[in-house]
Amino acid sequence: MAKKVKIIVNEAGHPVEKEIEVQDDVNLAWGSPKDLKYLGHRITRIDGPEKVTGRARYTYDINLPGLLYGRILRSPHAHARIRGIDTSPASALPGVKAVLVLNDRTVRYAGDEIAAVAAISPETAEDAIRLIKVDYEVMPHVVEEAAAMQPDAPKVHGERPNVNPGNPEAQGDIEAAFQEADGVVEGTYYVPVRAHSCLESHGAVARWDDDQHLTVWCSTQGIFSVHEELYRYFNLPAGNVRVICHHMGGGFGSKFGAGVEGVACARLAREAKAPVKLMLTREEEQLSAGNAPSAMAKIRAAAKKDGTMVAFDLEGSGTGGLGGAGVPMPYIYQPQTFRVRQSDVYINASEARAFRAPGHPQASAIMEQLMDDLAEKIGIDPMEFRKKNDPNPVRQKEYDLGAERIGWSRRSPTPGAGSGPVKRGMGLGSSTWGGGGGPGTKATLKISRDGSIEISTGSQDLGTGTRTFMAAIVADEFGLPIGAVTALLGDTKYGYSGGSGGSTTAASVSPAIKTAASDARARFLAIVASAMKVKPESLELTGGKVVLKSNPAKSLSWKEACARLGMDGITANGEWVESLQGSGVAGCQFAEVEVDTRTGRVNVLRLVAVHDCGYILNRTGVESQINGGVIMGIGIALTEERIMDNQTGRQVNPNLEEYKLPGPKEIPAIEVILLDNPTGKVSGIAESPIIPTAGAIANAVYNAIGVRVRELPITPRKVLDALAKKGGSA
Amino acid sequence: MKHFEMARPTDLKEASSLLGKDLGEARLLAGGMDLLGELKDHIIEPNRLVNLKSVRNLDYIDPKGGNLRLGALVTLTEIAGHADIRKRYTALAEAAEVVGSPQIRNIGTLGGNLCQRPRCWYYRDEHVHCLKKGGNHCFAVNGQNQYHAILGGGPCFIVHPSDLAPALIALDAQVKIVSAAGSRDVPLEKFFILPAEDPHRENILQPGEIVSEVSVPEPEAGVKSAYLKQREKESFDWSLSACAAALEMDGRACRNARLVLGGVAPAPWRAAEAEKALQGKTIDEAAALQAAEAAVRDATSLEHNGYKVPLTKAVVQMAILKAAGA
Repeated sequence: MAKKVKIIVNEAGHPVEKEIEVQDDVNLAWGSPKDLKYLGHRITRIDGPEKVTGRARYTYDINLPGLLYGRILRSPHAHARIRGIDTSPASALPGVKAVLVLNDRTVRYAGDEIAAVAAISPETAEDAIRLIKVDYEVMPHVVEEAAAMQPDAPKVHGERPNVNPGNPEAQGDIEAAFQEADGVVEGTYYVPVRAHSCLESHGAVARWDDDQHLTVWCSTQGIFSVHEELYRYFNLPAGNVRVICHHMGGGFGSKFGAGVEGVACARLAREAKAPVKLMLTREEEQLSAGNAPSAMAKIRAAAKKDGTMVAFDLEGSGTGGLGGAGVPMPYIYQPQTFRVRQSDVYINASEARAFRAPGHPQASAIMEQLMDDLAEKIGIDPMEFRKKNDPNPVRQKEYDLGAERIGWSRRSPTPGAGSGPVKRGMGLGSSTWGGGGGPGTKATLKISRDGSIEISTGSQDLGTGTRTFMAAIVADEFGLPIGAVTALLGDTKYGYSGGSGGSTTAASVSPAIKTAASDARARFLAIVASAMKVKPESLELTGGKVVLKSNPAKSLSWKEACARLGMDGITANGEWVESLQGSGVAGCQFAEVEVDTRTGRVNVLRLVAVHDCGYILNRTGVESQINGGVIMGIGIALTEERIMDNQTGRQVNPNLEEYKLPGPKEIPAIEVILLDNPTGKVSGIAESPIIPTAGAIANAVYNAIGVRVRELPITPRKVLDALAKKGGSA
Repeated sequence: MKHFEMARPTDLKEASSLLGKDLGEARLLAGGMDLLGELKDHIIEPNRLVNLKSVRNLDYIDPKGGNLRLGALVTLTEIAGHADIRKRYTALAEAAEVVGSPQIRNIGTLGGNLCQRPRCWYYRDEHVHCLKKGGNHCFAVNGQNQYHAILGGGPCFIVHPSDLAPALIALDAQVKIVSAAGSRDVPLEKFFILPAEDPHRENILQPGEIVSEVSVPEPEAGVKSAYLKQREKESFDWSLSACAAALEMDGRACRNARLVLGGVAPAPWRAAEAEKALQGKTIDEAAALQAAEAAVRDATSLEHNGYKVPLTKAVVQMAILKAAGA
């Protein structure tokens, strides 16, 4: 199959239109890394130097002439009716240029937005919000899940009950299965609410170019979703709004929209008739800008001696604050019978947002601990037990690779068997994710007569390396060094691309880049061949040259060849095609830990991460994503938790001092094993590696000390309390 | 933060006069590592900061002539990196090097570390009017108290966050306190007070008084010391429990011991019973454990901080063994 495209060639000094055949998009393939310089290999991030030298401009770094600074006033109360707001003292403060009321009715969590100001300095803006007088009628609040489930608990959403029972799911005769089982375990597992804790907080810089044209720099995972939100809000023609995000410092699912702060920023700028920067403070970021729902799971499960999991009965709940919760259960396993009942519990806390593999890290952490508990009950190796109940062929292979690397045979089958106060243990966990892309991404490749080559699309690089693989695909297509290619993204002036979330970016963007590059290559060869009076098939692009295969002496350098293009150079458009990408990734991780039973401290010694993501575009990029996922997973396992105080209705740790992200010393040697698939399709890797870590570590801790800490994170407090309860060391 | 005037005194007397008699009016600025947080979080709102850094010659480390004399403006990095301190006053160097992060240690000062305010999350929340800030109850009692005091608590249950203080008390340090009226030398141990005495402050400093120097006596022959800090994260985290141990050794036997706990009480906590338990003993696991048990004998816990009792026991035992080199 081939498609026909028109090009213009120069014949005897005259431009002539010609039709040529190019490879049809559905027949494109990535090619073997053996034949390529970049794809499948370790590629150094092309924007690395910019970032480490501080030249990379994040939204926070955008400074414009006459820039004002925005700040948001938030409720100190977890639940209150607003009787009145007096903003006049703020407006009267010298240097204040605009004041907005965002909400004058009811606030439902401590941190809920009420008003916003723009002023000539961040300090003046802060002074101004503190001058706004709000008359609150404080109402009863509830910020703890268990308390919120009580019948007499204060209601979070007016008359609506705090507990929203979901649809139960069931399969098979579960009671009969329990009767026949050889081993039954029961346990209650818990994963708390975690905050995204983006290192670059949420926010934007908004500039009205005139009263109908708005330019916004936004720290976002979706420039086009921010774009749509803003042009709709201001009722402007879509083309009048431009959204830019050249670099951003972490989103993890919390940065898809403009958000209250982004819209407020643009409103303030319009009102003040001056550009406004509004970036959230660290406290606001932790309080209001994203969290993952908790998951509590009361589970009863059963297996037969041969390792068949026959029954799984879960009654669970979780809170997404003002929003919903729920996790996919029984996750990757297929018990013969199951019953799953999960409810959402509303509390007076900010609404949960998508967070790197929504629901999966919680589901995996719970399920993997249960699998170990059940394996122990029926006296079978936990890895063998998984193999029996996990239908995924990729993971079957990964279990063996990981077990060999970590030395699973060294694992003591008896929990807590080690001698001495510092004990070692091993555990494993698993993950599944989609990772496929979606239609719509449009890319444009431009080659100019000076030899410059530019690939653009309206995607955004979250720090995941999108720019780098864009340039790599083009470089390989044209046999150029990667530095010769300019990759442009993060601007709605480029062709549409979707939001970057759910591991969809690589699989959405790369096919569009490839189709643009392939199309451009055919045009380029046809035009240059015509100028050289040879057939396009007689040319090859390699080593930065256009080589005439039959007579390499007649080869042209890239620049010389480009000089033979017409004045308009080459512009080729590419679009996403399904055939270059795929979905469905699998992973598993093995942890080896050391637990000091005197101090309760868990030290992760090694973590082996085995993952697949189809065709690998950039090996370094994939490993880097896995490292990042594992580090976040260590946070879930050992350190991170939003802590609420029911007396005051306030979060006590909205900072990075007491909301504890793993530090350098919490990070072990991470060994990545990639299940290579060089003939495969591109899938995303971002979500999968955060999923299995917590379960693997929790199981390793149990294997080390012989006491199960079913509530994450596994802090010294939990370990020591569990040991004391067992009558072990205290 | 509230606008303030920055005063730059050139000597301590002037600094003291500028501080005046009202803590609400003026505060002393040294490294600012703690003060800036308090200002930005609106925990305190003074009208004037008195910058001690404009007073010259407060950043000396003088190990000559018996006593080790340390100016209040010496940074934690300087203490941690000082070879003589590491050799003769090991616990002090070990304490200095586990404070905060490298950036904090580069700026944070000795005086500031001793006078820093507690990290209690109720105290640090502008919108919570707790006992320490003049309110009428301690929210930790019925709240999130996993990091709060197991010794010496009540009616306020903060823990003292200083790492240097336990080490310095174990080494029998004195502080020099100056004011416009004169100066006084106080054993560091007597510098700190418990909330039962006054829940609004953590030390004896009166308005206008400034810590200008810490001096540590020449250790007796055979003194070995160590500092051990347990935390949830190995970097950039506060103590769950810490112990400074200074043991006067005679071979394997301990003639005299000074054990001071951090992170478990509203003030650095001298474990006197544990010290007695070590006297004359050969230092081994069993002796250290016996002392550790004595150290937590009077501990009482709140709802969520019971784990700090076994943890502290472990920390004391390990610190004793570490100091003895056993």
